[in-house]
Amino acid sequence: MAEDVLLRLDRVSKVYKVGAFGGRELAAVSDVGFEVRRGEVVSLIGESGSGKSTLARMILRLTSVSGGTITFDGTDVSTLGRSYYRQVQGVFQDPFSSFNPIFPADRVLTMIRDQFFPRAAGWSERVAAALEDVRLDPGQVLGKYPHQLSGGQLQRLLIARALLLDIRLLVADEITSMLDASTRIDVLNLLADLKARGLGVLFVTHDLSLGTYVSDRTVVLRQGRVVESGPTTQIFERPEHPYTRNLLASVPRLGAKWADEAAPTGLPDGTPVVTADGTGNATGNVATHVTEEKA
Amino acid sequence: MTAVPTARREALHFALRNGKLLAGLVVVGVFLIAAVAGPLIIDYGPNDYVGPAASPPSGEFWFGTTTFGQDVLAQFVYGLRATFLVGILGGGLAAVIGMVVGFTAGYRGGLVDEVLNMITNIVLVLPALVVLLIINAYLGVRSIGLQALFIGLTSWPWAARAIRAQTFSLRSRDFVDLARLSGVRTAKIIRREIAPNMSSYLFMTFILLFGGSVLIAASLDFIGLGPTEGVSLGLMLNNSARWSALQLGMWWWFIPPGAGITAIVGALYVMNVGLDEVFNPKLREM
Repeated sequence: MAEDVLLRLDRVSKVYKVGAFGGRELAAVSDVGFEVRRGEVVSLIGESGSGKSTLARMILRLTSVSGGTITFDGTDVSTLGRSYYRQVQGVFQDPFSSFNPIFPADRVLTMIRDQFFPRAAGWSERVAAALEDVRLDPGQVLGKYPHQLSGGQLQRLLIARALLLDIRLLVADEITSMLDASTRIDVLNLLADLKARGLGVLFVTHDLSLGTYVSDRTVVLRQGRVVESGPTTQIFERPEHPYTRNLLASVPRLGAKWADEAAPTGLPDGTPVVTADGTGNATGNVATHVTEEKA
Repeated sequence: MTAVPTARREALHFALRNGKLLAGLVVVGVFLIAAVAGPLIIDYGPNDYVGPAASPPSGEFWFGTTTFGQDVLAQFVYGLRATFLVGILGGGLAAVIGMVVGFTAGYRGGLVDEVLNMITNIVLVLPALVVLLIINAYLGVRSIGLQALFIGLTSWPWAARAIRAQTFSLRSRDFVDLARLSGVRTAKIIRREIAPNMSSYLFMTFILLFGGSVLIAASLDFIGLGPTEGVSLGLMLNNSARWSALQLGMWWWFIPPGAGITAIVGALYVMNVGLDEVFNPKLREM
């Protein structure tokens, strides 16, 4: 199994210096470790400010790492040159910010050609094939400006851009959070296609239901630390950590009205928690776990 | 699908309808033509003694002559050349320095930003005119090119600060990260991703620096620290004041250079307001 590991994070941390003269330190990520294997979707789940996007940026080398190591295929990513981006690519949250508004959207594809394959023959065929893979009609997207395309089209164009590089790992940072519900599922299904091709996908999200839908394994992050990680089914059926349980309980169920639910309660640090469990078991469990933790 | 006008075509559409921009362009254009064509038509130099002394405008000498019988029109068109040269060289140099410093500080951030910001602030609070006075007096700078150089070297700070602020907000956009993920080098990211998004801003910066350089050069010339060879509009004002043109009622000696400087700089500023309306949809007159 070990040779199947594409990406490994080992005690990775990120500390920001804040305040005047960088006097205070703010730990955004502390001692995070997990793996992404070939042909596997791993979701990184956490609330706002949990450090999940910082992790994604560190994996993509957009932000420096304060401590620990990130290895790809057994090599420290900081020692890899530009070739790293031929194997690992990212797609970001806001499709409209990912495109330079004053140029046609397909410039992201041309940029790949200019940077990596300046003398490639049959480029337009490759573009057509990549667009086909993400179910985009070349006639509908090529030569158009970003504001003329929908968010879903733009996100798929970015995935097509990554496919042009024959990547092995895709870091998808909240790629569906700005899409409406109907296009969201198309983009998610694309991730399943990538997985079937043997790619590793790191799916960063705050949405538990999306995480369950796509991923094989789940890493739950809170305040920069891994709270719980393991196979997705196990985490969702038998969550061990109180935070994960609260997180699961806070997902509104389809068909349930908020008025019917139990009264909201909170974690000791003030994080509001809504228990969706009609029996009130979740609340009880949280209370016991919190006391255990304190003891 | 109907063709939606692109940003560039839209800008052109509004540019051609913007009265302020067109009026400014016409004024600057007329002076530019006079500066380029005038010396070719007039077949004697600006300091040649060609006519009767101190004669008012006439059919032969349209702008009259100086106390020494030099043709004011010849001085004016040659002076315009010097004015445009100082504007382009001084304003251009200041714009280049401002862009390099502003883009670098804004994109790199951190320590680089701190150091560049410090330098910018130091140059910003220096009273530029006083420094230019000292440099001019001490080094005896006596050519239009050198004058433009010193003006360029002292007038860039506000441009650098403005460009830095714009770059700061643009570099956090995802398309910059995407270019980094495509292995594009920093200089190219600034040139191809960030700068095109603020091209209108850069253009206006240059126009303002151009006008500023013309004014500073005219001030220096007027107080007697201008170039010793050649002629400029500021030098004409200086000479007319030295030979008491105002007291002697020789209005034709100082009105043309004064009006020329005012018209060029004024037109540039009006153009700037017009461009602002072209590029900023909120300011457009509907």
